[in-house]
Amino acid sequence: MSFLITSIAMFSFWILLSGEFTFILITSGIVSSLIVAYLSHDIFIGKPDLKTETGRIFKFIRYLPWLLWEIVLANFEIAYLVLSPKLKVDPQIVRFKPDIKTDLGIVTLAHSITLTPGTVTVEANKEEFVIHAIWQKSAEGIINGKMQRKVKWIEEGTNELEGEKNV
Amino acid sequence: MDIRTIIAGVFLGIGGFFIIVTAIGIVRFPDFYSRLHPAGKADTIGQALVLIALMIYEGFSLISVKLMIIVIFIFIASPTATHAVAQAAYLKGVVPWKKKKKDKK
Amino acid sequence: MFEITAVAVTIAIMITLYRAIKGPTVYDRVLAGNAIGTKTVILLVLLGFVHDRPHFLDLAVVYPLINFVATIAFLKYVEMGRLD
Repeated sequence: MSFLITSIAMFSFWILLSGEFTFILITSGIVSSLIVAYLSHDIFIGKPDLKTETGRIFKFIRYLPWLLWEIVLANFEIAYLVLSPKLKVDPQIVRFKPDIKTDLGIVTLAHSITLTPGTVTVEANKEEFVIHAIWQKSAEGIINGKMQRKVKWIEEGTNELEGEKNV
Repeated sequence: MDIRTIIAGVFLGIGGFFIIVTAIGIVRFPDFYSRLHPAGKADTIGQALVLIALMIYEGFSLISVKLMIIVIFIFIASPTATHAVAQAAYLKGVVPWKKKKKDKK
Repeated sequence: MFEITAVAVTIAIMITLYRAIKGPTVYDRVLAGNAIGTKTVILLVLLGFVHDRPHFLDLAVVYPLINFVATIAFLKYVEMGRLD
């Protein structure tokens, strides 16, 4: 089952990149996507639980525009810091314990923290997050926990019963 | 000069500005961890803006789809590489710099 | 319009090269190498548009992957002393 999904995804990617429909291209596309899918279908799709995963993907797509707006709006802050004549850089390190249970949630949170200007994730696992902030305003933005609440909203669609069955 | 070229030119200008700001930031900041900030973030945004300008200039075609694939991949890979460098330096004991307070003896 | 942006990106690459030569720790140099690699992608796409050759885009799709894998491999070598 995962073999089939992987080979279809690879073949559609091949068609998307090439754009022509001659016989030899389609045949080599099918052969290549079958070989790649045979070698890697375990890694590409794990052990999915189809209802929760599609629900999570939709919530993730709804989360993206807020993230993009934050990134664009706050990148001017880095431009201000680089171009100001006196050095206003004042680095701090913040540690906290995340409240998120799934791997996708931790990856999303670490990625969002690295992409919003002012903070870079230094260490990210389930026990502890270490974050380097570049001035005091960004450190406060992390401590008040707004981003963590939004990411927790994405993954909270799963019931606790289903989560424990999959372990 | 139609409107599409003008909008593409504006986005190209802003993207080029961010790329030059990134380069200046990498040279100017005082410490390794603070140099991570421009390289990981403003670089990604500058590139995304330049590629979006090219997508607007080109319209709907196969070239825009390939540019979108490049943008998605850069958004995923560039912060991950920055985080990997930061974690490697943290584990090996590179110490972050603190700003000295103004009491010189 | 495209030529001006290409010149700006080339100037940015030269400024980053200064940090790659000077940086006191090895991680500074890895960071500068990664940044130069991602700026090369922009230069490839812009030059493909200037000279009207759409095949440069295929190269620009592959090069970020190569750059990313090279950065991770180099970090692993610096940390462990060997690559396997």
